[in-house]
Amino acid sequence: MSGWYAVFRKEIANFFVSPIAYAVIACFLLISGFFFWANVSLMSLVSLQAANNPMIAQRINMTDIIIRPLAQNMSIILLFLMPLITMRLFSEEKKSGSIELLMTYPITDSGVVFGKFLAAACVLVVMLASSVTFPLLLLMVGEPDVGTLTGGYVGILLMGIAFVALGMFLSTLSENQIISAAISFGAALLFWVMSWITSFAGETWGYVIRQLSILEHIDSFQKGILALSDMAFFVFFAAFFLFLTLRSLETYRWRG
Amino acid sequence: MIEVEGLTKYFGRLAAINDVNFRVESGEIVGFLGPNGAGKTTTMRILTCYTPASGGSAKVLGMDVAGDSLKIRQKLGYLPENVPLYDWMRVQDYLEFVARAKKVPARQRSGEIERVANAVGLQEVMGKIIRWLSKGYRQRVGLAQALIGDPPILILDEPTIGLDPRQIREIRNLIKSFSRNRTVILSTHILPEVSQVCDRVIIINKGSIIAEDTPSNLTRSHGKSTRCHVVARASAPTLTEALQGIPNVTGVRVIEESVPGETQISVESESSVDVRPDIARILVQRNIDLLEIRTIQASLEDVFIDLVTEEGEYSTSGERAQEEEVAS
Repeated sequence: MSGWYAVFRKEIANFFVSPIAYAVIACFLLISGFFFWANVSLMSLVSLQAANNPMIAQRINMTDIIIRPLAQNMSIILLFLMPLITMRLFSEEKKSGSIELLMTYPITDSGVVFGKFLAAACVLVVMLASSVTFPLLLLMVGEPDVGTLTGGYVGILLMGIAFVALGMFLSTLSENQIISAAISFGAALLFWVMSWITSFAGETWGYVIRQLSILEHIDSFQKGILALSDMAFFVFFAAFFLFLTLRSLETYRWRG
Repeated sequence: MIEVEGLTKYFGRLAAINDVNFRVESGEIVGFLGPNGAGKTTTMRILTCYTPASGGSAKVLGMDVAGDSLKIRQKLGYLPENVPLYDWMRVQDYLEFVARAKKVPARQRSGEIERVANAVGLQEVMGKIIRWLSKGYRQRVGLAQALIGDPPILILDEPTIGLDPRQIREIRNLIKSFSRNRTVILSTHILPEVSQVCDRVIIINKGSIIAEDTPSNLTRSHGKSTRCHVVARASAPTLTEALQGIPNVTGVRVIEESVPGETQISVESESSVDVRPDIARILVQRNIDLLEIRTIQASLEDVFIDLVTEEGEYSTSGERAQEEEVAS
C-alpha cells in the first residue's frame, strides 16, 4: 500500500477545502437533529400523559422512544448522504484526467484505493462525531441505556464504512459524478431493502438474501447487541467492494 | 536508457501500436513525432507504466515496465498532453503532494520544491490556486511536477503547447539543459522545436515507426525532391517556359513577381540531382538576367508530411491490392 498517505492527505484536503464535507455534515446534523428534537418532544408529551397512569409510566423509556429511532433515522440519512461523499472519489479524477498522473506516480493501486477510502471514512467519522451532541444531551437530562447508544453508533459507523467502499467502487465505473451518486444510492438502497422479498424467494434463497441485507445486520446493533457475525458482515462487505475497486482500476489500466 | 522491442498494444481488435522498436540512450533528447492517433500517447503511456502492453517488451533503465513498474515510476517524470492538475489546490500544496507521492524525503521536500519552482519560473504563483492560473503557468506547473524528485527519465507530451513565444524559448532552453544528465522523450507537433531541441527524431504513423534519425539526416535523406529558389529578370510565363524544359525538373512554381520585370520562382527536381548549373546555362542561352539562385533544404515539416503521406499511400495501395486479391 505504498504511497497511501500522500493520497489520503490530498483527499482530506479536497473534502475540507471544498464545501462538500461541510454541506454533507450540515445536512446530516440538520435532519438527524430534527428527528432527535421530534422524538424528545414525543417523549416529553408521553411522559406528561403518563404522569397520571403508573402502568404506562413503567413502560416508557428513552431507548424505545428516542435512542433506537434516532439510530434508525441516522442510518437512513446516511443511505442518502454517503453517495455524495463517495461520488467524486474516482469519477472526478477520470473526468479531469488527473488519474493518468496519479497512476504514474510511485504509488501502488492499493495505496490509491486505501488513501481515498480512509479519507472518505474520516469524513464519516467527523460526521458521526459531530452528532454525539444528541446522546450527550440525553446523558445530561436522564439515564439513557449507554449500551444501546454505543451499539447504535458502532452499527452506523460500520454501515457507513461499507457504503464508502460500495460508493467508491461504483465511482470507478463512471466519470460522471451524478451517475456515480445515483448508482451508489440505488445499490445501497437495494442492499437495504433486500430482505423484504425473502418471503417470495424460497427457503434457501430467502436465507441467502436475508444474510446479504443490511437491514438484517444493522438491527442487532440498534438493540445494543454487538454480534460478531453482524460486525463481520460489514467488514467483509467493505473488503469485497475494496477488492472490486482494485480490480476495476486494473481493468481501467488495461483499457489505457 | 529506454529500450523498446516489438511493443504492441491492442484496444479490442484495433492495434494502437504494432511491433514498435526503438532505443533511447541516456542523456539523449528524442523527439517523438506522428500525426494524431499514430500511437505516440499509447507508447508513452506504456513507458510510464500507466497502461500495460499487449505484447513485446519495454525497458526503462534496464527495468521491465511490466515487472518493475513501481521502481520505474520512481525514476520517471511525466507530463501528459492536457496537463491534468488538481485545480482546487494551491501550487505549493500541489507540488508538496507530488513530492510526497514521489517519496521525496521529508527533510529535502521544501528544498526540492523551491529548486523546481525556480527552474520553471513558478516563484510568483506558489500561493495561487491552480484553477486561476494562465495556460502558460499551468503548463509550467505540469512541467514542475514532472521534475520533482529529479528523475533521470522525462517523458513530455506537448510541453510547450499554449505558451507564448518567450515562454516557449524558456522551456526549450530548460529541456535542452536536461540533456546533460537526463533521458528525454518529447512529443510535439511543433516541428521546428524538434530540430532545435532534439538529438534524434522518431516518426510513428499508424502504430508503426516509419523513420528514426537525427533531424539533419532525416531532412537530407528523406526529402523527396530538391527545391531551387530562382530570381530572374523576365516575365513569369517566359521564365516558367524556359525552366520547364530542363531535364530532371519535376515542377516549376511562380512565387511572385516582386519588382516589375523580376520573377521569383521555385524549381523542384529529383532529390539526387543538382539542377542549378542547368538553370544558369539555359537562362544565359536565352539572355535572361539571373539575379539569384540557391537550393532550399527540405524542412523537417516537409519530411514529416512526405513520410506520413507516403505511408498513407503505401498502405492504401496495399489494402487495395489485398482487396483485389480477395476479389479474384
